[in-house]
Amino acid sequence: MAGPILEVRAITKKYGKNIVFQDISTTVNEGETVVVIGPSGTGKSTLLRCINLLTRVDRGQIYLDGREITAPGTDEDEVRQHIGMVFQNFLLFNHLTALDNVQIGLRRVKGMPPETAYQKAMAELERVGLADRAGHYPGQLSGGQQQRVAIARALAMDPRIMLFDEPTSALDPELIGEVLEVMRKLALEGMTMLVVTHEMGFAREVADRIIFMEGGRIVEEGPPEIMFGAPQNARTREFLWKITELYGKHEGQGRGNPG
Amino acid sequence: MFSNFFQYILSGTATTVSVTLVALPLGLMVALAFSLAYVYGRTPIPAVIGLYSTLMRGVPPIVLLFILYFVVSGSVNLSPFWAGSLSLGIISSAYQLEILRGAILSVSGGQMMAARAIGMSRWRAVRYIVLPQALRLAIPGWSNEASIVLKDSSLVYALGVTEILRRAQQLSATTQNPFLAYSAAALIYFLLVFATNRLLDWIARRTRIPAHF
Repeated sequence: MAGPILEVRAITKKYGKNIVFQDISTTVNEGETVVVIGPSGTGKSTLLRCINLLTRVDRGQIYLDGREITAPGTDEDEVRQHIGMVFQNFLLFNHLTALDNVQIGLRRVKGMPPETAYQKAMAELERVGLADRAGHYPGQLSGGQQQRVAIARALAMDPRIMLFDEPTSALDPELIGEVLEVMRKLALEGMTMLVVTHEMGFAREVADRIIFMEGGRIVEEGPPEIMFGAPQNARTREFLWKITELYGKHEGQGRGNPG
Repeated sequence: MFSNFFQYILSGTATTVSVTLVALPLGLMVALAFSLAYVYGRTPIPAVIGLYSTLMRGVPPIVLLFILYFVVSGSVNLSPFWAGSLSLGIISSAYQLEILRGAILSVSGGQMMAARAIGMSRWRAVRYIVLPQALRLAIPGWSNEASIVLKDSSLVYALGVTEILRRAQQLSATTQNPFLAYSAAALIYFLLVFATNRLLDWIARRTRIPAHF
């Protein structure tokens, strides 16, 4: 596997006295899919926001392609262009069609000429299987379709890494599959991805590495076979047991192939 | 006789419309800049603009009109028409600023976050993502303010500008028929306000975002 794209070194985030996470260090290599799991409130989403510089870390450094992006004087807007972000609640631009949602970054951030931007945006919509919905507004799309447009919007910027913040948590169960399908395809195409999710089937099947976070720390990390087969830590075992009991049922019905 | 009568008042209509067409856009431009500074500005700025807004809205327009008129015309040589229109615009800016501020705050913070996430600067996110949605939300409130400014333009009558009300008053004096004179003025105001609101309703419908609430 190729070298590191993202490197996180001992980062800490606090809100006042409340420590969200502490001394988190990890590396995501090119083409790798890393899945972060753990109970809610353990700082997983905040971790993604810090990596994307939407929130500032209190201590530690973050490197993207070997360049420290937490250094003072970094052009944060420029950095964010290279980090794709997919949110739990989609956050499509409400006043724009699917096509314009994907196009606007190309036009207004990258300054692409209209024709080139259009071609690129249509190609990205094609990639998530929604070229036929290009003219639809967010309110006219299902949740699953909205999330796929959001993925296309992030992909259009040609990011070095894609961050997914519980991308299926706000979806009706029958719409989850189509989003996971797109993500699975991206992973196969070699996209570098860091995914926070409760979808254990996806984690087991697609992840190269799984990170279990709890109480603002990384408790355990490793390849899915080990994490699901023989986790070393008692807390990891307990969490996986709980979550599999909770989500396990519909996993067998076609989404994610265990083992 | 009657057609002359009506024509005389009607000739003040152009002035009323002109005053409104100066005051409203002026107020809008000031309000746009101020509302953005109010919502996104650094520490002392929102407080200063908040004070401006509170003071402007806390005093009757006619009182402010006199103050501003004497301040403005004391420092620069302006005709009553311009002094009155500019003053009305400044008064209206405080109300329009609150309308726009409310609309900007109604656009969810997530929209800004998503815009920043694809690498937009704060300014671009405001320009391309927040404002297009906020301005749509502001239309109903703004339509209301537009009719208020249109009606309040009658206040410049007090500065001696010959708009509709002034004409009506002159007619009332010469014809000894105040009821007819003022009713004619009322009718013209009503038609102007009605047309303005219909126009803005139409714009609101045309710019509605499909399936978005």
